[in-house]
Amino acid sequence: MMRDIVNDGLWRNNVVFSQMLALCPAMAVTTGASNGFGMGLATTAVLVCANVLVAAIRHLVSPQVRIPVFVALIATLVTLVDLVLNAWLHELHKVLGLFIALIVVNCAILGRAEAFASKNTVAASAVDGLAMGAGFTVALTVLGLVRELVGSGTLFAQASLLLGPGFRFLEITMLPGYGGMLLMILPPGGFLVLGLLLAGKRAWEARPRRQPKVGAGATAGAA
Amino acid sequence: MSAALIRLRAGLAYQGISLGVIALLAATALAVGDHLTRAPIAAAAARDLQASLTQVLPEGFADNDLLADVREVADAGGTRRVYRARRDGRVVGAVFQDAARGYAGEIVVLIGVDTAGRLLGVRVLRHSETPGLGDKIEAAKSRWIHAFAGRSLDDPGAAGWAVRKDGGMFDQFAGATITPRAVVRAVHAGLAFHAAHRAEINDVEDAK
Repeated sequence: MMRDIVNDGLWRNNVVFSQMLALCPAMAVTTGASNGFGMGLATTAVLVCANVLVAAIRHLVSPQVRIPVFVALIATLVTLVDLVLNAWLHELHKVLGLFIALIVVNCAILGRAEAFASKNTVAASAVDGLAMGAGFTVALTVLGLVRELVGSGTLFAQASLLLGPGFRFLEITMLPGYGGMLLMILPPGGFLVLGLLLAGKRAWEARPRRQPKVGAGATAGAA
Repeated sequence: MSAALIRLRAGLAYQGISLGVIALLAATALAVGDHLTRAPIAAAAARDLQASLTQVLPEGFADNDLLADVREVADAGGTRRVYRARRDGRVVGAVFQDAARGYAGEIVVLIGVDTAGRLLGVRVLRHSETPGLGDKIEAAKSRWIHAFAGRSLDDPGAAGWAVRKDGGMFDQFAGATITPRAVVRAVHAGLAFHAAHRAEINDVEDAK
């Protein structure tokens, strides 16, 4: 059960690459790998909290009014996270603050509340939130990596601002003197890269398998 | 889940009341959160301001506590707070804020000038521009903001106070013109404000 949830979140039912949700923040922030990673982390935190809350009250909410209830919960949660980060983790807020407001418009969180947390236990929902969040983080980081490499010739630029000076080693200039390719940094680049990555994922999943034995296909995709 | 709860949940009154309760809980949580975080956020903002104040002035430029030397200057849009830098008691410069509307909300800049109105430094205090595009106005992410230092109202002149795309002399960024345009406008307006109130800001006896 838990294994399925994790596999769903990371690969089979990945927020960006399979559910195609949360494309608005995904396109907006993946101009670089560091930004994508930061957005992923912030979203994961909210996703876990929202899933747990929704799962905890799932029996009390009548199906007819569940959507406004979930929306109110998520909006409150995001605002509180923003306030708390600003007050007590101010340095982190300076870096992540830009992303937090974008989480409210993230339909993936409402999507998980609706599709998973409202039907499952608190523990399973927490795992689902973590797995989906991790999948989202990986997807955004990969999108950011490709766009950053082609668009500006660097990798993880400004990672030390997000993660602390200890992570300066991540900041690599892959192509020194590279003038950059503006299209990749702009929104169309996001769609282009997303389209290519989606095609790649589909092709990988549809690849001909050498041993079509029963049970072998289910987990092979996660490799 | 008991059958009684399911029956109860289907009722119109239950739905209305549950929505109301959730709204009430959300409002309470937000009010409590706001109350608990207001003081720490204000303190953090003051620390940021202090740090920025020293950034827009050259090192060792002032020997006083700028946060304590505040003059409220009356302007067309109300009063503005001006922090004054002193050395040996004399006013040698001033730091104040200005703002302009960027791509996504207000961009607040902090402007440091000497007594003649020459820019000593500019920093962006607050903004909500797009990460990766508009956030190059931050000193931590790009050197762009340093282009203002040494400029004044007459250098480059009214026409030059614009981004290159508009015929001015300040660079825009790839993919973001509105953001630098707003910063340039804010700095220019700040300099005009300083020029209009120079005697008051510098103290009359120090004015030229």
